[in-house]
Amino acid sequence: MQTIDAADLDYRTVNEALREAGSDFIIEGCCGQRFIAAGMSGKNLTINGIPGNALGAYLNNANITVNANAQDAVGDTMNEGKILIHGNIGDAAGYAMRGGKIYVKGNAGYRAGIHMKAYKEKIPVMIIGGCAGSFLGEYQAGGVIIVLGLHKDGRPIVGNFPCTGMHGGKMFLRGGCEDIRFPKQVTARCAAADELEEIREYLSEYCSDFGYPIDELLSEPFTVITPDSKTPYKQMYVAN
Amino acid sequence: MKIEGQVRIPSGCAISAAISKDGNKMSGEMIINSMKPMHDRSNGLGGGFAGYGIYPEYKDFYAFHMFFDSRDTRKKCEAFLKERFEIVQSEIIPTRKIPAITDEPIIWRYFAAPLKSVLVSLQSEEKEFVAKTVMKINAEMPGAYVFSSGRNMGAFKAVGFPEDVGVFYKLEEYEGYSWTAHGRYPTNTPGWWGGAHPFTLLDYSVVHNGEISSYDANRRFIEMFGYKCTLQTDTEVITYIMDYLLRVQGLTLGEAASVIAAPFWSTIGAKTDLENRKKHTYLRTMFSSLLITGPFSIVLGFDGGLMALNDRLKLRSMVVGEKDDKVFIASEEAAIRTMEPNAENIWSPAGGEPVIVQVKEGVF
Repeated sequence: MQTIDAADLDYRTVNEALREAGSDFIIEGCCGQRFIAAGMSGKNLTINGIPGNALGAYLNNANITVNANAQDAVGDTMNEGKILIHGNIGDAAGYAMRGGKIYVKGNAGYRAGIHMKAYKEKIPVMIIGGCAGSFLGEYQAGGVIIVLGLHKDGRPIVGNFPCTGMHGGKMFLRGGCEDIRFPKQVTARCAAADELEEIREYLSEYCSDFGYPIDELLSEPFTVITPDSKTPYKQMYVAN
Repeated sequence: MKIEGQVRIPSGCAISAAISKDGNKMSGEMIINSMKPMHDRSNGLGGGFAGYGIYPEYKDFYAFHMFFDSRDTRKKCEAFLKERFEIVQSEIIPTRKIPAITDEPIIWRYFAAPLKSVLVSLQSEEKEFVAKTVMKINAEMPGAYVFSSGRNMGAFKAVGFPEDVGVFYKLEEYEGYSWTAHGRYPTNTPGWWGGAHPFTLLDYSVVHNGEISSYDANRRFIEMFGYKCTLQTDTEVITYIMDYLLRVQGLTLGEAASVIAAPFWSTIGAKTDLENRKKHTYLRTMFSSLLITGPFSIVLGFDGGLMALNDRLKLRSMVVGEKDDKVFIASEEAAIRTMEPNAENIWSPAGGEPVIVQVKEGVF
């Protein structure tokens, strides 16, 4: 295990140190350095402090654990690997991610999972333990977004306008979600047993990562949201 | 060289703020340091700060901070001011020569009070008179620019990275109960000293990260009320909108936030609290031309407080944190951690949700 002291280092220096380091290392004193581990593979990284924007962008199979909050655009366009956040994440987490996992203990900001996509065996998964901000899953094209609504403190599990422009993938929100307004082109319904079975593996992993009992998580019903049509924009402007 | 207002270049920024609710004084050093982890959000074409409570010895006088292009312009402007104001102090704003900041204009400050006789003859209220004077100088006096005009507060700005601008203006020597800061990445204009943030009028100051798309609609409306937007930059119009809504129209901070970052009609329509729905409907209808669209996160500084606000779609980041008597606001949590490593209750306000922090009555 190697340690990089990031205090007073700029992001280039931190990333250069990462590339030269072995596979396992810790960054101490991180404070806003952007693009950490961008595009990297074959690394196990723990970050103490606050990583900057675009943590793990284009990540290509590395494991990142953050012991605090993370800022905006975590896992932007990531391809493979896992990012584990023990705090909250900022806006636009998992922007256009096409594989890998982002598991967050706390809340997510606006536009989590914007334009997530999937292809064949590549299925990105994002699990948010707390609540998500507005525009969750905006333009979602594939993959799985799960919001658990643990420690809600009376707030809604998701802000305004979830699933705007969603045309692929699945979203699971723990609870009934009767009060949430979804756009017309998606269907929200109570998740059936086989649908919950699909995500059980991810939930088990999440529970073992953060120390929750899975039975408690599954004691409430889940709402699953899917897009209605394969051509959601068919009549947006003209009939075609 | 073409200066601000003559060129439009079709772009991001960093903002940061700190306030003590108990009115405890903080030197400018902390706020300068907060900009360091956000260095890459700026491109060196503008940085600036506003400090409140920094001029206690002149707290009853308007502090005019000014840029002049020449000694001759300064003399002319002084003659103009002397006909309207009692100037109790006139001095160069102290700066230090550093390689990172060059080509500075003449930077001057005056502590002044409007002449009572002038106010009586014009039948003008004091603040209105000061605001009009600022507009007149900025619009009609080439080479002279008022970049700060409040009492017991001041803006300090320049072309450069914000951490260098703070050193240039020796901000560690000032003490205020609240500070705001800005690092600029100019998107529409070439970047001149006057175009750096904060933009100010009277005691209002605005630092802004974003680029609003309603600039011209807002400008056309606000210019009907005597404001003159001279720099083509969106933050200038936001500052005048806040002055108009708060000082002229007498709206509360929360109401002004509901005007500029109004909820969608669908969100207003879904409100179950009828009074609340009625109020939002009224504000959107009454001030429809002051709705600001496009991305913004701003911190408004005013006498005794700060208000942070995001656009209603939240297209820019903003984080708030607390520690003891202090509240911190910044584009990134890293900036808050630089000011206070043990900051608590870190959260991101929703789009259109104002965060208003006021200093306890009587301590500032």
